[in-house]
Amino acid sequence: MSGVPWSVSASMTWRKGVNAFMLGLTAICALLAVSVLFFVLGYLAYHGGRSLSWDFFTKLPKPVGETGGGMANAIVGSAKLLLLASLIGVPIGFLGGVYLAEFGGRTFAFLVRYTTDLLNGVPSIVIGIFAYTIVVLKMKHFSTLAGGIALGFMMIPIAVRSTEEFLRAVPNSIREASMALGASKWRTIVRVIIPAAIRGIVTGIMLDLARVAGETAPLLFTAFGNRFWSPGWNQPTASLPVMIYTYAVSPYDDWHRQAWAAGLVLLGLVLLTNIIARVALSRGNIAPRT
Amino acid sequence: MTTSATTAVGAGFPWDPRSWVRRLRSGDEIAHLITFLFSSSIIFITSWLVFELWVNSSLPRQKFGLSFLVTRIWDPIAGDFGALPFIYGTVVTTVVGLLIAVPLGIGAAIFLAELAPPKISDSLSFLIELLAAVPSVIYGLLAVFILIPLMRTTIQPFLKSTLGFLPFFTGPAYGVGFLTAGIVLAVMIIPFIISVSREVLLSVPGDQREAALALGATRWEATWKVVVPFARVGILGSVFLALARALGETMAVTMVIGNNPQVSASLFAPGYTIAAVIANEFTEATSDLYLQALVELGLVLFLLTFILNGLARLLILLTTQKAGAHE
Amino acid sequence: MTIGKRIALAVVSLTLGVTAALLAADPIQVTGAGATFPYPIYSKWFDVYHNAHPNIQINYQSQGSGAGIRQVIAGTVDFGATDGPMTDEQLAQAKVKILHFPTVLGADVATYNVEGVTKDLKFTPSALAGIFLGKITKWNDPEIAKVNPGVNLPNAEIVVVHRSDGSGTTYIWTDYLSKVSNEWKTQVGTGPSPRWPVGLGGKGNEGVTGLVKQTPNSIGYVELIYALQNQMPAALVQNSSGAFIKADLASVTAAAAGAAKDIPEDFRVSITNAPGKTAYPIASFTWLLVPAQIADASKRDAIKGFIRWMLADGQKLAEPLAYAPLPKEVVAKELKAIDLIQ
Repeated sequence: MSGVPWSVSASMTWRKGVNAFMLGLTAICALLAVSVLFFVLGYLAYHGGRSLSWDFFTKLPKPVGETGGGMANAIVGSAKLLLLASLIGVPIGFLGGVYLAEFGGRTFAFLVRYTTDLLNGVPSIVIGIFAYTIVVLKMKHFSTLAGGIALGFMMIPIAVRSTEEFLRAVPNSIREASMALGASKWRTIVRVIIPAAIRGIVTGIMLDLARVAGETAPLLFTAFGNRFWSPGWNQPTASLPVMIYTYAVSPYDDWHRQAWAAGLVLLGLVLLTNIIARVALSRGNIAPRT
Repeated sequence: MTTSATTAVGAGFPWDPRSWVRRLRSGDEIAHLITFLFSSSIIFITSWLVFELWVNSSLPRQKFGLSFLVTRIWDPIAGDFGALPFIYGTVVTTVVGLLIAVPLGIGAAIFLAELAPPKISDSLSFLIELLAAVPSVIYGLLAVFILIPLMRTTIQPFLKSTLGFLPFFTGPAYGVGFLTAGIVLAVMIIPFIISVSREVLLSVPGDQREAALALGATRWEATWKVVVPFARVGILGSVFLALARALGETMAVTMVIGNNPQVSASLFAPGYTIAAVIANEFTEATSDLYLQALVELGLVLFLLTFILNGLARLLILLTTQKAGAHE
Repeated sequence: MTIGKRIALAVVSLTLGVTAALLAADPIQVTGAGATFPYPIYSKWFDVYHNAHPNIQINYQSQGSGAGIRQVIAGTVDFGATDGPMTDEQLAQAKVKILHFPTVLGADVATYNVEGVTKDLKFTPSALAGIFLGKITKWNDPEIAKVNPGVNLPNAEIVVVHRSDGSGTTYIWTDYLSKVSNEWKTQVGTGPSPRWPVGLGGKGNEGVTGLVKQTPNSIGYVELIYALQNQMPAALVQNSSGAFIKADLASVTAAAAGAAKDIPEDFRVSITNAPGKTAYPIASFTWLLVPAQIADASKRDAIKGFIRWMLADGQKLAEPLAYAPLPKEVVAKELKAIDLIQ
């Protein structure tokens, strides 16, 4: 760098220094963000793993203050809630997505998209209030049904969005080929387009389910809670997230241990679903990088 | 690709009986009708939700009017309700969360979009998106057993001894409070900021970067002075998205905020947010006015997230359109 | 069949199958909600009763007395539970008449977590009022120190913990404070969710116990069994005769002795600051709230059967959990009142 004024080379060194420093800083930010995930997983694996037992999966909760017992009813309760939620969320979400991708006009489709986005942004506790006013108050008791309806409403927007996205991703050439062969529109959709997009749609719904599986707030005053098995759909039911909450804020050490175990089970299921879904998605589409 | 069915949709219901019957028999109109009905149900459900929120908050709206939003008092016994402590708590915890999450998030997004090799960038982004999937109650669980004692024994006393002259860091160190809730919120919204900002940064056309580098800028200068400003509207959109999500966070915040409806300058003080008070008091609101006051709080929260989400989508849309127009 | 149809068929048959299986076994489920004050004894009772009558499940959710009152008025639960009796206005809100049934006697104790203090602390009424009003802010305040000679009280700020939810335990506590402190009565008053001058809020007795356990130099009020089960101290409180009394079966029973004979027909009575040399001053009945008209016959019989069992065998289970059984006069009156449930 001879012949270059000292001030220029000094300023160049400064700029190079700033460059290295700031880039290093951003790397630290990224590492911090990722390390949170490992921190969460590690703590849960450690504390939860120690408390997992056969009892946890098979026994009912014991009276307060006594040690032992498990969360069998909460696990089954969560499963029932999710089943009910998908019965509501999947049909509406899927068929809504089909409408938007295949049939939509201009104004009505815009309205549907707008309200779907709106519903997506509603805080989960407000959905809980809504389900309380339309189900619990009318039926005069808490129930699995109310909880399932609340979770179902929460499932709709994401199901719509992912269905529409994957249906639109199917190339038009396939649509045209099917029509050229004489198939009617609905036949094309059902036999050609949906099967082509089915992997994306299913994984989208799996992700959706994983998300509502962890929701606690809407269940607080819909499904309520239950120390026993909850028969049918008309009774209050225990659920994993609500049990975690109740046990975590209690003073009993045994309940704390069970909360960790439940947290591990819940997080494990949610993350496993997410990983499977995302891997399945990425194998299909490779997004081009600029 | 247009078929007769599609043109029919665009023009409204066709009135040619023969072709309509033909289409009906071929099933297209039925399919259209079914999907149309299910789509309308979404509009119906959302409208019903707003309706129920409105109708079930009529008592306090009539009694207090707009002063509900600025009254500090929350007194169930006297029947006097005001939203201010909860709006304050919601805003403060969200602001604290953003102050922590935005710099960290944008920094991480810059790293992932600009610097990291594609494979590392993709795998790290994958892991960060997994963070977004962790349920709120799990964050709450960790916060109760790990963060609160840490705050009480280490972080809060440290802040007090170094920055205690500021009104934000005064008062006893409970462990719970606005600051703790803000930190938990930051952890929860960082994945959203990172993933959206990263996508926005990736969508900035390569020629912008290359032009800056060709003019002799360092990597950092090219990024900070050219790429980020180009994407700043989209990044702002990601911040609004994160903001809207933070406002509605219930469980993790309830477990660490201290449950005290007060307006306090100190971040160490216990407080309350809208979502937390609804979660705590909804099942036990003993009078109709009390219950409806809580529903009105829910309505306020809904309106806040509604406005913010709208702004967010607008901003993100503007950026991607701008990037598209450039090419 | 297309994939979609197969999936739909699978889901529908799964649902029907599960529903059928679940509906097949249909025990009588009675849902209750309310006070956390008696939750330990209630959960024990419902567990034992279920073992004796396997087809009856009484599902009780400990959410606070406020929730119990609210839910039973709204009719969203079959019965409620509270330690603060319903007011006349609340009773008027309910569409059917709500009956109060005392179940056990319990005590609110001041539990604390003070660094370096292992002995039981003593509090005067004015000390407690001062602490919860926020007027007494340090542990080594003379008001506390003067009745605790020989105890090394630290010069630390008192962290007050109270309930964040509508609570009968709070009702009992504030009822007592209103009786012993005029300042408390005028500034805050009695009720399940007062405007607390200071402190952190915990949800339920469980939440308060948890907070006090984890927060150094804190003090909160909880039902006695919560302090005992968590190996936390329970302070002695000076009663109306001037003696410092520990909360236990004898002192709680003594507190109820005077009220038992003249208990009103609807069983709503306050026994805080009761007269008597050995009476613990912050004791109370706790009640089940049962609608006088229950439409579902099987639920009605289940509830009536449970109350009868509770007044006989159930009372024997109270002592091991540090609740005092009901006085005989009260039990006799209640047995007659059961017939009011139709």
